[in-house]
Amino acid sequence: MGIAVEGARKRFGDFQALDDVSIDVPDGSLTALLGPSGSGKSTLLRAIAGLEDLDAGQVVINGQDATATPAQKREVGFVFQHYAAFKHMTVFGNVAFGLKIRKWDKAKTSARVHELLRLVQLDGLAERYPDQLSGGQRQRMALARALAVEPQVLLLDEPFGALDAKVRKDLRTWLRRLHEEMHVTTIFVTHDQEEAMDVAEQLVVMNEGRVEQSGTADDLYEHPANEFVMSFVGEVNRLGEHFVRPHDMEVVLEADERTEEALVQRIVALGFEIRVELLLGDGTEVWAQLTRAELQRLELREGQIAYLRPVQAKSFNGSSPPQTPGASTPQGSVGEGEAERSAAV
Amino acid sequence: MTPAAPAKWGLRGLAFGYLGLLLLAPVGMIFYKTFEHGLGPPVEAMTSPDALHAIQLTLLMVAVAVPLNTIFGVGCALLLVRHRWWGNGVIDGIINLPFAISPIVVGLSLYLLYGDNGWFGPTLSEWGFQVLFSWPGMVLASIFVSLPFVVRETVPVLHEIGTEQEQAASTLGANGWQTFWRITLPAIRWGVAYGVVLTTARVLGEFGAVTIVSGSISGETETMPLFVAKAFEQFNEEAAYAGAIVLALLALTTLLLMSVGGRKAKASGAPIPSVAEVPAPISTMKEGS
Repeated sequence: MGIAVEGARKRFGDFQALDDVSIDVPDGSLTALLGPSGSGKSTLLRAIAGLEDLDAGQVVINGQDATATPAQKREVGFVFQHYAAFKHMTVFGNVAFGLKIRKWDKAKTSARVHELLRLVQLDGLAERYPDQLSGGQRQRMALARALAVEPQVLLLDEPFGALDAKVRKDLRTWLRRLHEEMHVTTIFVTHDQEEAMDVAEQLVVMNEGRVEQSGTADDLYEHPANEFVMSFVGEVNRLGEHFVRPHDMEVVLEADERTEEALVQRIVALGFEIRVELLLGDGTEVWAQLTRAELQRLELREGQIAYLRPVQAKSFNGSSPPQTPGASTPQGSVGEGEAERSAAV
Repeated sequence: MTPAAPAKWGLRGLAFGYLGLLLLAPVGMIFYKTFEHGLGPPVEAMTSPDALHAIQLTLLMVAVAVPLNTIFGVGCALLLVRHRWWGNGVIDGIINLPFAISPIVVGLSLYLLYGDNGWFGPTLSEWGFQVLFSWPGMVLASIFVSLPFVVRETVPVLHEIGTEQEQAASTLGANGWQTFWRITLPAIRWGVAYGVVLTTARVLGEFGAVTIVSGSISGETETMPLFVAKAFEQFNEEAAYAGAIVLALLALTTLLLMSVGGRKAKASGAPIPSVAEVPAPISTMKEGS
């Protein structure tokens, strides 16, 4: 039961969007497809919905082979990043659309639509048009529309991508609660690892059309299968062949045989978290995550020399993936991390 | 930066002066001339058998050519935008042909095709089917000259609405036909509607192509523009002016129906496009071409 994809392949011209992808989504679970843009996560989701035909492979929904079933018969709810609201219909008309197609009678349709509007907290806005709603309201309307027909599975394509940070955070909490109530098998696509870890029970990390690793957020964070997963799920510094999480970088003031000398370039206070950016002797830039108390104890100042002691380091011997955002250039990782963090606060 | 007040008023004055001199003055003169001696003479001129027949024939042209071009136009726009293949470039070019060719040339080419020495003419007359100097030929000419409008107005709107709404409808269980009627058509209705207005105005006013294929026989193959031209040539100015007014009123009625429909849509709260999105139906006042 649930959703299974076996050996999915899809090519757009010269671009291999999906390269032998297999995933298994347990019945009733909430799963995130996580990856950078171009990793194939949206294509995979659209293939499950029937909006994209696979070149090869199989899609199985609740035990039924759905590979050749057109989208209209797959009984999936799909939520688009840009809402895909029916602009010429009211909120009521949008939510009732699937029921009208199924020829429900008026009274039953009305009862069901109002029940859903209460669920997504849009009760009282039924006669509005999508243009008169905020982004968050439109996305909740789209969700109610998808849920109205009681789909076997719910698929969300970067559902919060077009919303501002505050609304995004509210909506993901709300989505998690909704899933607890509804228990419909749900897959959502995101490029935001924090969002994926916050909402999903299971994560599937994708890169360049392949699945790199799947598992719980803890699994991926603690036991990443490779460099890509380590650097994409959580933040990371690269020290030669070793990868160290910023919170596993201990900063001390006295050297010993396990420490490395570093210049404190910049100290950034982000509320409780302190980000210390350091320059190593070989020119590598890294950063350490400290608490406010630690910083005060160390009395660090920009421009001074300190010593770094990696508490826990990982190395992945063998082939390294071609693309590892943030890992090889710690500065990039710092920049990205900053944007995400400040957006989330 | 807003222009200084004198410059702003200067530009406004220029716009009004230009439009007034080139558009309003001639049209206003026709109105003045028609009703110079009251309502009697123009009404009399328009209730003669030939005039009534010309009005009927003109409306027949509209009734046949506009629906055909609308159905073809929407279908063709869907093909061009939603189903990409190499032949689209060719179709796109061919559709512009009526814009590029003078109506009189259109008339001549139809004459060559359906005339007694043409490709189709002899065969068709053997079957007892008269195209030239009869209404079928006039309908063909009207369709030819007014073909591009619905396509040209619909294509950009189809591009703009994208495919996501249609995909959403399909995941909700709608088949292609249901998706077209419930999602696509309502979303592009403004583009289609303006295409229809432009097509209607073009068919109402068509002169050149219809002159050639109709033979302009009074009371038989004479549409309103032909009636006006003939009346003018015969120094029957009263009838010419009155006919021109009838044509203008028919065009205005089309426009009015459009904006009444638009106001209804607005009252029900449906979003109507902003002024910038809506191409103004410029050619509706064009009596002959």
